[in-house]
Amino acid sequence: MRNPFAKRPEPSRGVLALYEDPDTLLRAAALAKEHGFAEMDAYTPYPVHGLSEALGVRQSWVPYVTLVMGLTGAALGLTFEIWTSAVDWPINVGGKPYVSLPAFIPIMFECGVLLGGTMTLAALLLACGLPNLKKPILDRDLTNDRFGLWVPEMGPDWNEARILQVLKSTGPSDLRVVRV
Amino acid sequence: VSALFWYVGLIPDLATMRDRAKTRVRQVAYGIFALGWRGSVRQWHHYEAAYLLLAALATPLVLSVHSVVSMDFAVSVLPGWHTTVFPPYFVAGAIFSGFAMVLTLMVICRKAFGLDHIITMRHFDLMAKIMLVTGTMVGYAYATEFFVAMYSGNPFESFTFLNRATGPFAWSYWIMVSCNVLVPQVFWLKRFRQSIPVMFVVSLLVNVGMWFERFTIIVTSLHRDFLPSNWSYYKPTIFDYSVIVGSFGFFFMWFLLFCRFFPAISIAEVKSVLWTAKKNAAAPAARTEETVHA
Repeated sequence: MRNPFAKRPEPSRGVLALYEDPDTLLRAAALAKEHGFAEMDAYTPYPVHGLSEALGVRQSWVPYVTLVMGLTGAALGLTFEIWTSAVDWPINVGGKPYVSLPAFIPIMFECGVLLGGTMTLAALLLACGLPNLKKPILDRDLTNDRFGLWVPEMGPDWNEARILQVLKSTGPSDLRVVRV
Repeated sequence: VSALFWYVGLIPDLATMRDRAKTRVRQVAYGIFALGWRGSVRQWHHYEAAYLLLAALATPLVLSVHSVVSMDFAVSVLPGWHTTVFPPYFVAGAIFSGFAMVLTLMVICRKAFGLDHIITMRHFDLMAKIMLVTGTMVGYAYATEFFVAMYSGNPFESFTFLNRATGPFAWSYWIMVSCNVLVPQVFWLKRFRQSIPVMFVVSLLVNVGMWFERFTIIVTSLHRDFLPSNWSYYKPTIFDYSVIVGSFGFFFMWFLLFCRFFPAISIAEVKSVLWTAKKNAAAPAARTEETVHA
């Protein structure tokens, strides 16, 4: 798992190819991957299935956060209930045990859902690098009706002419070098 | 958690609104709420995982919220509240009245925004079926509750239920039974599940019926308790009326503001089925293959 706090190098320019439909983008992504273009990204108005596999994106780590934080929330809720009803101020209610687990379940559950849910959102924002209002928008149609493949400038062996040539063969509706 | 789920679902659409905004003010306003969403493959990748998990966390909340509320009633000693059937009864009632309310708002929204091609008759048909099922479950709960009260041999219990059905608040009890149990039975017939006016009227009646269910549970149990000297007839005061009118106003204010400024239908979700639908329409022969692929 990559360290989510690690700063990614910010490229200053890259090649953006726009496509009219997701299938063309998928084919282009596979071809570009074959050519070994590094740190590619794709921008789509909705999740396109198969794209993360085509670009070799690793499985999301967000679910682990949900699991761990949900269990932590439940454990904290249970601890707090035991502490209040058996340690800090024990009250004998009709001879019932101080630590009466069935009665504690709803609060455990709610605490687990609360912490799990809020931390899932936090993890999502962290994983997506949000909020980030400064990052430039490559093209306004990318959240609308265009599917973009982005090959950023990475390292000295970045060859603009070659990338343009390869992507040209994939039939984009628009192909250009964007400075960011 | 429900609010988080709702907001996460909006983020990509807010980004779309930002990028389609025609004025600078709108662009900045939507941009702030979209948090800088770009729709990159990595973002979508994490987004889909998180959205699914939030849905999974929010679903059992429906059960827990309503069963806990119902247990607040059930732990009291008041006849009519002190019942073990309450948790499933309240959960079924919640789904039932929730669907009725959504149906009422959906009919209006669909008409007002011309969404006939997105909210189809099939959606209405399925919603009507769920209302039929949950309405009948609620009816079963009414019957169980009555039977158990009679069968318990507890004079206070049986008095409370006879008093509900025949006492001074009998009108409220029978509005509840007829609106919640009898009226939805029309959905057995396909003809009525295909008729928007019928569904609209039924959903309104169910909303009324479910309101009277809460009224019946709360008022009839309280207005005649163990001490006859406590007995009286409940009359709402000006404050009671103000609270109900005010809460309607508060709800509709937010609802209408939302419809005005935000997409009433998830844009990204509709778009994702558009392309598959377009392909299937273009090449019917390749349909099965494409569907498997999708």
